[in-house]
Amino acid sequence: MEKQEKFKRSYSDKIFDIVNLIIMLVLFLVFVWPLWFVVIASFSNPNEVWNGNVILLPKQFSMAAYEAVIQYKSIWIGYRNTIFYTVAGTLTNLFMTICAAYPLSRKDFMPRNFFMFLFMLTMYFSGGLIPTYLVASKLHLINTVWAMIIPGAVSIYNVIITRTYFLNSIPSGLQEAAALDGANSFQFLIKVVLPLSKPILAVIGLYYAVGHWNDFFSALIYINDKSLMPLQTFLRDLLMSNKMLVNGMQGMDAAQAEMKMQLAQTLKYSAIVVSTVPVLCIYPFIQKYFVKGIMIGSIKG
Amino acid sequence: MKQILKKLGRDMRKNWILYVMILPVVFYYIIFAYIPMYGIQLAFRDYIVKEGILGSPFVGLKHFQRFFSNYNFVLLIKNTIGISLYSLSVGFPIPIIFALMLNYLKNRYLKKTIQMVSYAPYFISTVVMCGMITIFLNPDKGIFNTVRSILHLESIDFLGKPQFFKSIYVWSGIWQGVGWSSIIYISALSGVDQQLHEAAIVDGATKLQRIFHVDIPSLKPTIIMLLILQIGQIMNVGFEKVFLLQNSLNMKASDVIATYVYRVGLVQNDYSYSTAVGLFNSVINLFLLVAANKISKKLTDESLW
Repeated sequence: MEKQEKFKRSYSDKIFDIVNLIIMLVLFLVFVWPLWFVVIASFSNPNEVWNGNVILLPKQFSMAAYEAVIQYKSIWIGYRNTIFYTVAGTLTNLFMTICAAYPLSRKDFMPRNFFMFLFMLTMYFSGGLIPTYLVASKLHLINTVWAMIIPGAVSIYNVIITRTYFLNSIPSGLQEAAALDGANSFQFLIKVVLPLSKPILAVIGLYYAVGHWNDFFSALIYINDKSLMPLQTFLRDLLMSNKMLVNGMQGMDAAQAEMKMQLAQTLKYSAIVVSTVPVLCIYPFIQKYFVKGIMIGSIKG
Repeated sequence: MKQILKKLGRDMRKNWILYVMILPVVFYYIIFAYIPMYGIQLAFRDYIVKEGILGSPFVGLKHFQRFFSNYNFVLLIKNTIGISLYSLSVGFPIPIIFALMLNYLKNRYLKKTIQMVSYAPYFISTVVMCGMITIFLNPDKGIFNTVRSILHLESIDFLGKPQFFKSIYVWSGIWQGVGWSSIIYISALSGVDQQLHEAAIVDGATKLQRIFHVDIPSLKPTIIMLLILQIGQIMNVGFEKVFLLQNSLNMKASDVIATYVYRVGLVQNDYSYSTAVGLFNSVINLFLLVAANKISKKLTDESLW
């Protein structure tokens, strides 16, 4: 009797394991293939991509798409701007986040609950698009680089993560000991808290940086000067509309036009690779920190 | 009151550095969160640029009435809630299922690889994501239509057909977010007491039974907390992605409140009306969040506050 049940169980578990493995392998392909396809398409002959012959490996290895992307000036203007927005924006974010999180983590800071409430309320209710836009416009931020940095200078979510980290990993006795030694709060922050908090600063710094790199919305709302546009705006023009195709197609014969069209299509792949590589390159090194960040953030309080 | 002020004064002298530190952040929130909240009164006025917000004439609920009687109103609400509920009903359970299945994968190496690969799409920008969607759904050369042509089916312009829009939005979102959203469940699963599993095995439970009787009950607090937060977002459909995938052909299914607020506000410069629509949206969201939190507190003792 008992043996029979044990058999039933191991049988059912075996089916479970097999089905699970198959589903997981399928999912693996579903996650990887679209990304892989973009990469191999960017390295293939445009004609082969156009005809749908590129599926698992690059066909007729070609750098044509990359030569085209190098000549596509807008991408590089966008690149330059985005690097600036990412660096300046992330530094601002880190500064502001520390300025908020550290006082809020100090139990002897009397109005900390009041400020916490003041900040957290904005998570649940906001003025909305137009009132925020009008404030930015009153401050003359529209069409300046500041519009890409200041309106999103701090995110309450990251403040909470950082504060939780400060609370949990800096023993409060340390602060009292430092105070007895005559160190003030600022010295304590610089000399003790920040060096102990490198992992969390790395995590939120990367959160912010990826956010800036991928930011499309701010530019859509605040920027219409071409020379200030970030990478994502130019990518939108390239990927989502066929502006490129129409420009300069007049006066070409059919074969030329077709080639140009194929190249423009492949240019999309190389542009995706070029713009996403910086994020995906650092990703394997930092992914475990990202995960850590989520876990810290998920601790309530 | 006097005593509190006295205490505050003493604290300010003692902790003045902390007060100075937090000052820029307080300024930030006042300027970019609380002044806009004050600016919401624009919804009840006819905005005149020269007069400013306070000088513009008060018109009561005019803009709200305009919105409610707008021919778009029902469509906007239907699309917004439709996309949201679709995405909640599929996008919420899938990361949980994914985490559970991953948890039972025997091969540790495979487990780590799949986990890592599943996070990657999360870091792709919305613009690139939408670019990839248009490439893969291309009526001539996209993979979906290539497969259809192999099966001798005629090609479909998926993005040009309103009936496909919601599915495209939701399933591409799942592709991008499932790995990331599952992290929190995976970490909760790793914290499940192993003794419970051992006891279940001794009692003759199969893996499937262990999932339902051990794993899911221990995920419950996490699930409920995230569900409340999601319910508070029901009226917020990600603006960027809808906006980027929108075209004149699929507008019937893709016009949502967020894109409407943007269009009437910043394209047509109808500031007051746009503010009113936005306010309507955030009030409903707030209401849903508070209601979900209350219900959950009653039923399960879990709540956000």
